[in-house]
Amino acid sequence: MQYEAPETTKAAVGLLAKAKGSAYVLAGGSDLLVRMKGGFVEPDLVVDIKRIKPMREIKKTASGFTIGAAVSCAEMNENKALIKAWPGVVEAAGLIGSKQVQSRCTVTGNLCNSSPAADSVPALVAAGAKAVIQGPRGKRKVAVEDIPVGPGRNSLKKGELIEAIELPARKGKSGDAYLRFIPRTEMDIAVVSAGVSLTLGDKGVIKDARVALGAVAPTVRLVKEAAKAIIGTKLDEAALEKLGKAASAACSPIDDKRGTIEFRTKVAAVLAKRAAQIAYKRAGGK
Amino acid sequence: MAVLVSTTINGDNVEFACEPNESLLDVLRNRLGLSGAKEGCGTGDCGACSVQVDGRVVCSCLVLGVEAEGREIETVEGLAHGTELHPLQTKFLEHAALQCGVCTPGFLMAAKALLEKNPDPTEEEIRFGLAGNLCRCTGYDKIVRAVQDAAKVMRG
Repeated sequence: MQYEAPETTKAAVGLLAKAKGSAYVLAGGSDLLVRMKGGFVEPDLVVDIKRIKPMREIKKTASGFTIGAAVSCAEMNENKALIKAWPGVVEAAGLIGSKQVQSRCTVTGNLCNSSPAADSVPALVAAGAKAVIQGPRGKRKVAVEDIPVGPGRNSLKKGELIEAIELPARKGKSGDAYLRFIPRTEMDIAVVSAGVSLTLGDKGVIKDARVALGAVAPTVRLVKEAAKAIIGTKLDEAALEKLGKAASAACSPIDDKRGTIEFRTKVAAVLAKRAAQIAYKRAGGK
Repeated sequence: MAVLVSTTINGDNVEFACEPNESLLDVLRNRLGLSGAKEGCGTGDCGACSVQVDGRVVCSCLVLGVEAEGREIETVEGLAHGTELHPLQTKFLEHAALQCGVCTPGFLMAAKALLEKNPDPTEEEIRFGLAGNLCRCTGYDKIVRAVQDAAKVMRG
């Protein structure tokens, strides 16, 4: 195995593009090194992106936030401006693993690893986040929901890597939230999860919303019907009921040791409703 | 092919050569004779290998040795000053917060990181802060009491 720690994105892309054999990007390593240890992957090349300075930074810009691909979830949880603007995204990132894992793990890695149960992904999808991809053919931006294509598989092409996640600027009365169900109190993998982001117009009426569900389908799912159910409402009982129904209808989960199809489908509705209520309150709605 | 790495461990400049796919834990234990960090699971679940890298607590089994280049590493061996134990070590002994001791170095390093960020944690904060460290002997209660008591001493 060859290990490289380039200092520029260009150099990283160059290494990945010309790599013969299997090449992997190393950010926090909390997925990659476990898979290496278990013998599931045997990389010929590992490109560590933590020496690339812009990838270590959270930048606040006029158009929102840019979170470098090597920023740890612990660092996200120490950024006051980011917490204020996107509390749901930050709390989702903060739920991944232990303090030890938090020191290293990244939301970009969480996204690229493409687990349907990835904690930060539903929150990012609900937030309307974009992935900034660099590759041999230059830069492109895609919606985060288009990165995972199946459990453990993503849409990046050879030589490509994500250099940052962009979150839009928050305008007016907005809020987001993320909730997951786990049978323990911490250090577990989501059985079902939900992320909701919304913006209020006049008199507390929701004018914009995005709802995403995790661990109920092969990939994290953006549920447009669920958002439609609450847009134009003040999140009254009837709207919540419709939201829950739409969330359950969007589920196509598996039965496994952590949860049954029936349980996941039911809890998706409960979590979507509760996350919407938290987001609504955070947006200043009553 | 082995890679030459230059780093700082417990304040000392250290150079070592390791394979690119070798974990920092294996480097510490097998190449540098620092056997305080333990391998429990090797997959980042148990925390027995906890050390600090640039001031943050990590599982050294989930860090490559080559990543240590230019970083500052702190291990349990650096906790005591000569024969004077760190308050966490003293309180772990006083409260008998260990039995077999395999998890102890990891708990000490995680507790140190916790108290550096939060000198006066609640019991709940301690339990969450140490959730990445598993102990199969004590039932955790004695560990929590030891950390609370050490925090009190450290606040002065």
